[in-house]
Amino acid sequence: MKQLLTFIRKEFLHVFRDRKTLLMLFGLPIAQIVLFGFALSNEIKDSRIALVDYSKDAVTTRLIGKIESSHYFDIRRSLASGQQLDAAFKRGDIKMAVIFPQGFGDDLIHTGKATLQVIADASDPNQATTITNYLEQIVTDYNAELASNAPQPMQIVPEMQMLYNPELRGAPNFVPGVMALVLMLVCTMMTSVAIVREKELGTMEILLVSPFKPVYIIISKLAPNLLISIVNLFIILLLSDIFLDLPVKGSIVLLVSCSILFILTCLSIGLLLSISAKTQQAAMMGSLMGMMLPTMLLTGFLFPIENMPLPLQVISNLVPSRWYFIIIKRVMLKGLGFGAVWKETLILAGMCTALFAISLRNFKIRLQ
Amino acid sequence: MDTVITTDKLTKRFGSFIAANELSFEVGKGEIFGFLGANGAGKTTAMRMLCGLLAPSSGKATIAGFDVYTQTEKIKRNIGYMSQKFSLYDDLTVSENIRFYAGIYGMSRPTIREKTRVLLDELGLQNEAKTLVRELPLGWKQKLAFSVSIVHDPEIVFLDEPTGGVDPVTRRQFWDLIYAAADKGVTIFVTTHYMDEAEYCNRVSIMVDGVIAALDSPAGLKRQYGSGSMEDVFYELARKAKRTGD
Amino acid sequence: MITLDKITKTYNKGQVEAVKEVSLEVKPGELFGLIGPDGAGKTTIFRILTTLLLADKGTATVNGFDVVKDYVKIRNSVGYMPGRFSLYQDLTIEENLHFFATVFGTTIEANYDLIKDIYQQIEPFKDRRAGKLSGGMKQKLALCCALIHKPAVLFLDEPTTGVDVVSRKEFWEMLGRLKNEGITILVSTPYMDEATRCDRIALIQKGSILSVDEPEGIIRNFPVELFAVHAANTHRLLKEVRGYEGTDSCFAFGDALHVTFKGAVVADGQGKSAAGGQGEASGLLPYLRAKGLEDVRMEKITPGIEDCFINLLKN
Repeated sequence: MKQLLTFIRKEFLHVFRDRKTLLMLFGLPIAQIVLFGFALSNEIKDSRIALVDYSKDAVTTRLIGKIESSHYFDIRRSLASGQQLDAAFKRGDIKMAVIFPQGFGDDLIHTGKATLQVIADASDPNQATTITNYLEQIVTDYNAELASNAPQPMQIVPEMQMLYNPELRGAPNFVPGVMALVLMLVCTMMTSVAIVREKELGTMEILLVSPFKPVYIIISKLAPNLLISIVNLFIILLLSDIFLDLPVKGSIVLLVSCSILFILTCLSIGLLLSISAKTQQAAMMGSLMGMMLPTMLLTGFLFPIENMPLPLQVISNLVPSRWYFIIIKRVMLKGLGFGAVWKETLILAGMCTALFAISLRNFKIRLQ
Repeated sequence: MDTVITTDKLTKRFGSFIAANELSFEVGKGEIFGFLGANGAGKTTAMRMLCGLLAPSSGKATIAGFDVYTQTEKIKRNIGYMSQKFSLYDDLTVSENIRFYAGIYGMSRPTIREKTRVLLDELGLQNEAKTLVRELPLGWKQKLAFSVSIVHDPEIVFLDEPTGGVDPVTRRQFWDLIYAAADKGVTIFVTTHYMDEAEYCNRVSIMVDGVIAALDSPAGLKRQYGSGSMEDVFYELARKAKRTGD
Repeated sequence: MITLDKITKTYNKGQVEAVKEVSLEVKPGELFGLIGPDGAGKTTIFRILTTLLLADKGTATVNGFDVVKDYVKIRNSVGYMPGRFSLYQDLTIEENLHFFATVFGTTIEANYDLIKDIYQQIEPFKDRRAGKLSGGMKQKLALCCALIHKPAVLFLDEPTTGVDVVSRKEFWEMLGRLKNEGITILVSTPYMDEATRCDRIALIQKGSILSVDEPEGIIRNFPVELFAVHAANTHRLLKEVRGYEGTDSCFAFGDALHVTFKGAVVADGQGKSAAGGQGEASGLLPYLRAKGLEDVRMEKITPGIEDCFINLLKN
């Protein structure tokens, strides 16, 4: 036991004496979150939108006037039919269409309520959210104006429809994405590099020749990275609460336990990489190319998985971060409990056990 | 004899640490000059200054007639360099390596072709021209690395522990190459840990703690220190060293 | 204490034969040297004996334990200093030593007597990081780390490579003292001049043992008479001696040439007859003088290990 503690202490010394790497490890998540915070607040001007007025009455004319006078939009009026709109969206000519159905003004005056149809291209969720927000604002202002002038309550209700990316993966999706990415990167890369460095130094030979148990080597290599990752996790959660206004809605305990499970999975992958890598560069490249790319592409936070070709969808099932991403979204953003994520947790636990077992079995007690 | 290396009180400081302290010596054309010293005595620093890789803190030095402060580019055109770790690319073939290094020095295609042929002949590597360097035995690699380092006919070639780890016969064959180059007028500036190799040099300098503690022909040094071998001379001088770091 | 029986090891699916049917025996308390150039197979033999590699064929034991079956027991009782061993650069001397002591389940204090002589030389710098030490000091620290658990057998793979003459000399003196403590030491080196420091040596080249004996024995078995030839200009001398038709082999050794002559009788292993080669030997000096070389002299000398190695390579 004392041997293990000494070893773990040594690993921490390595980590703390390498200031540059340490800075990078903690700077990475901070930078990502802060950068995204800025990206979110970007104003969007002159977005091309289509206005289709099937009603052409006093109310629609007034509202269109208001939309036109805001500087947010560049308005196309020539589009009349549904097919034309569809084609314009596909070409990327317009980002949003606002449709006033027939009898809009009559509905409003007689029933006190009219529905405005809004269709937005959500393939860029940021932009879609921003421009629909602008439009909603204009409609809300107009509603307030109506309320103050009219004797009976009147309200225009915009009915939003998101094209291509109905769940509007964007802001809230980013945080779970960053969490998966950063944890994956730190755990996998740091673990594999730490073990391969011992091989390069020649110290691995001594450790193998010593009575020290190989499993202890593994445990002590994993310990500092586990700790760093947990600290990183809390930094991300804290930052996203402060900067992005995304607090953890569900159980913190559940979130952290699932994260540790994911971290252990990533550590096992790092271990597996280190077995085949001969140089630190190879380990680094392996974790970057082999782990970071699939995490970014197949997790679902950049590109929706259900829009992918079937083979990619199947492969994405093998990416641990995909399941972690779902867990985080449900627990952190939707505030759901264990009942909603037990399946994903089970899959992750299975992957973790399998990967750890494989890497433990393959960890060489001799040199190759 | 023409001198090709002249240094006058050449000094390099790193902060308060004086790595090389007032080195003054001359090396003549075609001379084999052994540059010895214990680990950390300042050999590498001195050699880097002479190659134009490191600016001196003070003092003067000219290499092949060029100033180490202002004419480093010209110096680099007129010297060759080979270190223990070689400068060859493992994943290129023998002739590709030769072509690459000749190309760096701006030789024309026909010259390169001719050089490659001569060089392969001299080394007896005609049949290995298309072999990857990684597949050559260590001794051949070293010989090839040396030949490549003088492919552009430099006035001086710097050899940093060129013969580590090879068998005694190969080591001597390597020295045959050095002698042949010296006969052609190339000045050889060599560091080594093998003391018998120090005996092969025309003159030897021994650095201790950043200064040149002795400089003479091997026979002269042995006389001066009353020792039977260069090893004893070196031991006598270097064990007084106080420095401990590299 | 250490035995190898017909050990063979190949790499790259049998394409590269690193070690070919090597058999050796090292006795308890012996300081045994494995001497040969890079690529001779020294490191492979070390790794097989320290249980880091499995041999393709043959058997080996260390301290009575089989290197395959009893590898755990061997790992508990040997000290090992690999060739490219460079310690943890970012840990201090003391941290390195403490770490290795703990890994081997002991403490610095428990075996301090054994390393005291060596450790005291580096102790003034114990708070310095290993990456900032000179080659000689690193080597001393590495030896301390390999010794800290008082191993029965010590494996040192090229401990003196790249280290200057002074540190090398000190290192061999340390090994001499450790031998007196009763530790069996197997050490490898590419420096032939270090051979005489060993009780017995094996000369090895391209995976095969050329000869195993005491250094004196190997020298005694040098088959022919060896002469040292001097002249004012050694380089010219080398050319002329090679041009002399009676010359069998001629190599530069420091400021002299070591020359053997054709027709000299091959030894029977017991001492040699000097029947042949006399004419060739006596004809060399006049030949050289005729070529205009100055200060030529020649004397019969006792060969060194390097001469023996060169001679064995020839066959």
